[in-house]
Amino acid sequence: MIVFMRILLSAGAIISIAPLVWIAYVSFSSSENSLNIFHAFKNGLSLSNYKVIFNKIPLSRYMCNSVIISFLTIIGTVISSSFVAYAFSILKWKSRDNVFLIIIFTMMLPLQVTMIPVFVINNQLGWLNTIYPLVIPAFLGGGAFNIFLFRQFFLNIPREIIDAARMDGLNHFQIYYKIVLPMAKPVITAVCILTFLFTWNDFMGPLIYLSDQIKGTLALGLMLFVGQYQTEWGQLMALSMIMIIPVFTIFVIFQKHFISGLMFGGNKN
Amino acid sequence: MNKKILVLIFLFPWLIGFFGYGIYPIIISLYYSFCQYDVLQIPMYIGFNNYYEILFNDPYFWKSISNTFYYTLFRVPSNIILSLIIAISINKISKGGAIFRTSYFIPSLVSGVALSVIWMWIFNPQIGLLNLILKFFGLSGPMWLQDPSWSKPALIIMSFWSAGGGRMLIFLAALRNIPPKLYEAFKLDGGNNFQSFFHITLPMISPIIFLWSIVEVIASMQVFTEAFIMTKGGPVDSTLFYNLYLYNKAFQDFNMGYASALAWLLLIITLIITSIQFKMSKKYVYYEGVK
Repeated sequence: MIVFMRILLSAGAIISIAPLVWIAYVSFSSSENSLNIFHAFKNGLSLSNYKVIFNKIPLSRYMCNSVIISFLTIIGTVISSSFVAYAFSILKWKSRDNVFLIIIFTMMLPLQVTMIPVFVINNQLGWLNTIYPLVIPAFLGGGAFNIFLFRQFFLNIPREIIDAARMDGLNHFQIYYKIVLPMAKPVITAVCILTFLFTWNDFMGPLIYLSDQIKGTLALGLMLFVGQYQTEWGQLMALSMIMIIPVFTIFVIFQKHFISGLMFGGNKN
Repeated sequence: MNKKILVLIFLFPWLIGFFGYGIYPIIISLYYSFCQYDVLQIPMYIGFNNYYEILFNDPYFWKSISNTFYYTLFRVPSNIILSLIIAISINKISKGGAIFRTSYFIPSLVSGVALSVIWMWIFNPQIGLLNLILKFFGLSGPMWLQDPSWSKPALIIMSFWSAGGGRMLIFLAALRNIPPKLYEAFKLDGGNNFQSFFHITLPMISPIIFLWSIVEVIASMQVFTEAFIMTKGGPVDSTLFYNLYLYNKAFQDFNMGYASALAWLLLIITLIITSIQFKMSKKYVYYEGVK
């Protein structure tokens, strides 16, 4: 039974990984032959696809925009969601858990309901084609799920630590900044990674707010490229690789945090 | 410092976000849904006209709703079952679990546009990976995204690739939390492995399965990027999903009132489905103690 399972699991693992290996291979083959699997093997590897796309589209610009937006979103999310979570875990007040239920409930709301008025407001503020509409929400709560993750972690901090700090004369802002936050490194890492993944791959946000091509993100650039060069598979795969590689690098570096962070979220209800 | 003020200070960022990006837009969106509004001119109140048009004169609404239901109905259960199977198998084998866990997780790192572009290539009828493999086994594959009867199944098949992502990891964590004592006691009572799955494993992780079925249905009802990139809603509107239709109405036609009415209908539909799920869960979900 276990042997059978092992074989099945291995087959599934190959199906999971093989397309990625193949994509990497196609992206490094010379562009004319990448159309045909069997021809691609005959020629050696080259960087030609990558060079071509750098010339065709303002790739470094897109990358820069993606990095800036991701970076600011991560900063905003970590600061604001941990700060708000403090109110829902360390501080004790009446109807705290009921208010927290509202936060959980906002997770269920389809984005579409608020999307149009928020667009209209941003339009009136003259914020179309700026990064404000994409970045500012992160500083205002940082998303229900992230507040939830921080809250779960803060609730597990022994009460004695907080009480001792209070005795030493620290106020709650100092406790948040000097004691609670340094303890929360595993959650901070997990939230950073999850936020990065989401922002880096986000498509609808940039699509709505960054119609000016030069202001676009990598995801948007890839979309425009598909529209223009539909059959240049080698180049398309190279561009996909450029989108995937930063995510993979971060995954490899922080693998443990990644998986434990996600599993942590599932552990506690 | 006053306790109330202290709490308010800590809640402040969220409160601003909650009202600025939550309450206020929801109310305004409801108002827009009763208006004709193209962003340039001020909204003009037209009563229930948008809703009437959508429900009685708009074939695309019904097309997109049926496409979205089809997609959700097949995608959500199959994805949950698949990630459950992966999690249970990884949990069962003792050696190499971490390697399998990582290899199943990796595809979920690819998402959005990159995922769509890669699968456009995999689904390509002439040169795509999938049909080349089928050809190797002597089968001729379908036209996938170019065939109206295969386009939705293709997008569902594509979602299987990422089944080993976060959801699978959370199932795995839940499986590891089941006390081994339960299985031992069950064995002593003469139960076999197969029975223990239905009598212990499934009830113990049913709260997590339930939670994910809610999250997945909501996400699935909002499917957008795949269809926008890969098919543009075609062929013959076979992948015109609700959210894509809404996007077109709002940001292609700038018919904001009509799109807001569509958004409110989506909210109502989602709420109905979620409450049905909650009702059904009372029968199937097992809660250990009261938490």
